[in-house]
Amino acid sequence: MEAPTALPPVKRRNAELVMTLFAIAITLFAMIEAGLTRNGEMPPSLFLYGMLFGGLAVLAHFFIRFFAPWSDPLLLPLATLLNGLGIAMLWRLYEATGDTSGGSAMNQLILTAASMAVFAGIVFFLKEPRTLQRYPYLMAIGAVFLLLLPLIPGLGQTINGARQWISLGFTSLQPSEFAKIALVIFLSGYMVTKRDVLALASRQIKVGRFKVLDLPRMRDTAPMAVMWGFCIIVLVILMNDLGTSLLLFGTFLAMIYVATQRSSWIIIGLAAFFGACAALYPFVPHFRVRMVTWLDAFRPDVYCTDQYLNDPEAFCQTAGNSQQLVQGLFAMAEGGMTGAGMGGGKPAYVPEVQNDFIFSAFGEELGLTGVMVMLMALALLVERGMRIALASKELFIKMFASGISFLLAFQTFVVIGGVTRVIPMTGATIPFVAKGGSALLSSWVMLALLMRMSNNARKPAPQAIQDEGATQVISR
Amino acid sequence: MNKPIRRLAVFAMALFGVLLLNVTWIQAFQADHLREHEYNRRQFVDSLNQARGAILVGNQEVAYSEPVGGDSEQYQRVYENGPLYAPVTGAFRAGSSTGIEQTENALLNGDDEQLAVGNFLDMLTGEEPQGASVQLTIHEGAQQAAMDGFEALGQNGAAVALDPSTGAVLASFSSPTYDPNSVASVTETEAAGEAWTDLETDEQQPLLNRGLNERYPPGSTFKIVTAAAALEAGETPESTIDAPETLDLGAPLPNAFGGPCNGGSPDSLAHSIEISCNTSMANWAIELGGQAMTDQATAFGFNTEIPGIPVPVTESLAPVETDPNILGRSGIGQSNVEATPLQMAMVAAGVANDGDVMTPYLVESVRASDLSEIESASPDVLTTAVSGSTADDLTEMMIGVTEGDEGSGTSGAIPGIQVAGKTGTAETASGPTHNWFISFAPADDPQVAVAVVVEHGGGSGGTLAAPIAKGIMEAVINE
Repeated sequence: MEAPTALPPVKRRNAELVMTLFAIAITLFAMIEAGLTRNGEMPPSLFLYGMLFGGLAVLAHFFIRFFAPWSDPLLLPLATLLNGLGIAMLWRLYEATGDTSGGSAMNQLILTAASMAVFAGIVFFLKEPRTLQRYPYLMAIGAVFLLLLPLIPGLGQTINGARQWISLGFTSLQPSEFAKIALVIFLSGYMVTKRDVLALASRQIKVGRFKVLDLPRMRDTAPMAVMWGFCIIVLVILMNDLGTSLLLFGTFLAMIYVATQRSSWIIIGLAAFFGACAALYPFVPHFRVRMVTWLDAFRPDVYCTDQYLNDPEAFCQTAGNSQQLVQGLFAMAEGGMTGAGMGGGKPAYVPEVQNDFIFSAFGEELGLTGVMVMLMALALLVERGMRIALASKELFIKMFASGISFLLAFQTFVVIGGVTRVIPMTGATIPFVAKGGSALLSSWVMLALLMRMSNNARKPAPQAIQDEGATQVISR
Repeated sequence: MNKPIRRLAVFAMALFGVLLLNVTWIQAFQADHLREHEYNRRQFVDSLNQARGAILVGNQEVAYSEPVGGDSEQYQRVYENGPLYAPVTGAFRAGSSTGIEQTENALLNGDDEQLAVGNFLDMLTGEEPQGASVQLTIHEGAQQAAMDGFEALGQNGAAVALDPSTGAVLASFSSPTYDPNSVASVTETEAAGEAWTDLETDEQQPLLNRGLNERYPPGSTFKIVTAAAALEAGETPESTIDAPETLDLGAPLPNAFGGPCNGGSPDSLAHSIEISCNTSMANWAIELGGQAMTDQATAFGFNTEIPGIPVPVTESLAPVETDPNILGRSGIGQSNVEATPLQMAMVAAGVANDGDVMTPYLVESVRASDLSEIESASPDVLTTAVSGSTADDLTEMMIGVTEGDEGSGTSGAIPGIQVAGKTGTAETASGPTHNWFISFAPADDPQVAVAVVVEHGGGSGGTLAAPIAKGIMEAVINE
């Protein structure tokens, strides 16, 4: 092990409490500002929200104080802040405008409560996350099952073009949100056992005397091939779920790199993925739509200016338009440096603003300053997760913690990068912020896993009773 | 395993770095561009809720905003005498605007930095911020005379009148015109949108401000420029040149009236202008050379991008010709010479103002809602076209056009007042001739310089355009 891996054995639970209270306060102030700006009055249900959301977060804190006292004190406040801002923005979009037909902050709050209960359950019952290592193939089957669930006729639903939902009658679930966690567990377990063969067995490609690339043996590329085939065939072709495909394959590459430290895996993986995308490009129409709406978002026939409104041949009438993307950029530009203030903007100009494009609503109302705070909170969450991976001693936990952290980072990049036109829009959810139960629950599950792992990593080893002598304490 | 984890952590940080840089790019550096993007409806929705300042002609508010009333926070833009002033004011609509409404938008809606202090005080006192009002240079009577003239004639065309000593635009009318009220309704937006589309697709192009943005061959009015070039080259009004019945310029170039200009003898410059002789003026152009002709035209403002006044102005063209056949025709305002009516008014104004062409402008002053003046026009010389003595000679020659026994523009004459003018009948490839008249009056103390063009009038400048110019000049002088 390299030198500074162990975290100092301090609990800092009081710091966590103060920061959590601060995050709750920010949430409530955001709601107050939205209420005063839009309706000229304090939100009528502010007390309720304060008691429920604040109470839940403080409760989570005390739960951690007792059951995971050594865990990283930054995780809960960051999650509370992001979740609270999400609730405040939904309140501003729905309750504050008096129209809760499309969703509501109260709904999100109830889902938050349920997610936090699951969070507490995992922290309480999963004392040793490494026990998950025992069932890698079960996890693999579970992940595949969850991913394929929406393809079952009658159960699956297609929303906004992507078949990634299942209907349970009273509510809809997005099983891919949970599949990605199961996949990380499987990959951690699988790669810990297959690490050596994946890392060492190789064929060297040389140009003259210089080693260019260490290629893995053909038969060792099977997991890569399976992963690739699954991402391309099932997710892209059958389900039109580019976001999940990108997310899973990206996480897979990151984890195989962590396990083997071989860049050839990344090169092969990227080549295979983008090669497949390029090859499929002429045949999968929604590929083209996403590329064109990304690259030529401001082209009149892609955006659908007035002159193309009645033109049945125009791109925006036959394929898709870039209105959401462009209006999102306009919203962010309107926000400028400091934003219009909660309730002061016009986020409803962006179609479907409550989903991925809620980020543009934050950009408009909280400004560059506000979205930078959100991005920094997410970045901090990710980097604390990486720190847990560094500090842990077991390989499985290292893989698991870094895998989940990277999943959070890449998920943020895929969705916000899509909204801000860095990459084509593919559809994913901002961790903790996005509306909807599946996304929220999976975020809190990941947080619970990180929390538990950080507790175990930071907990000081039991002291020997005597300095030297007969009794040797073995800790588990 | 820690080394790849550290690298992965750095990569994750880099992903966030990309996002941070990109939101900074969008919200800090690109923000202004995106806010003003043509697709961005936000800017117009805001603007409908603003108490926009008025546009004034004289003491009359020709465009003003009044509250829609009821539950609406919007304001309706109202145009008094809409069709009369539409070529100048333009129209303010939900979606976009034109004319002064567009170019002075930031002042009218109060966003301009010069209004920031007042807006801030308004915010403190809880008053609704008010936009500034824009006072135009337009002379009500002159503008009305221009519209009356074109309505009586029933033809398309344009008239521009300038104050020669300042460059203030006294009249700028374009026919056909339109009523901005028909496209500005904020309550019946659909009908307004349809009306706008109709105007946009109308073959008569009512939205085109012909006075500033359409180029026509100037025809014989351009002979003033040719004469100016000759005088500047050292010739005198009495200098003569061959003036035959026709001139062989590839195809024969005849005179408008048939026959030679001076009974077959060489004709003087002054007489050639008075009767608008083609052959002599074409000979002068060939004699002086293409470079000298272009230089003189440029000195009057041709071939120069004139900055917005503040509405945009189209550049007039007089390229250097080397082929004598083309050069000869360009000397009488044909072939490749093209001018806006504003440019020809500037030629008349330059002569009237002792050779100095003043920069034209439409906005006299801008006042904040508390009536404090925040901008006022400061006339300046755009270009010096000719010397004072040349200007005097040209003035004498142009008086001959309206007062001479054989003058081609006697219908532009005003009883009791000396008018300096020049007619023009320009041949077009597309149909009947364009009919021009440029003039200024009174000749000894010019108060107004005018250019009138009747599009495809098919008559002569003296009969069709001169009466309109006369009406405009009278309106200014007799006030």
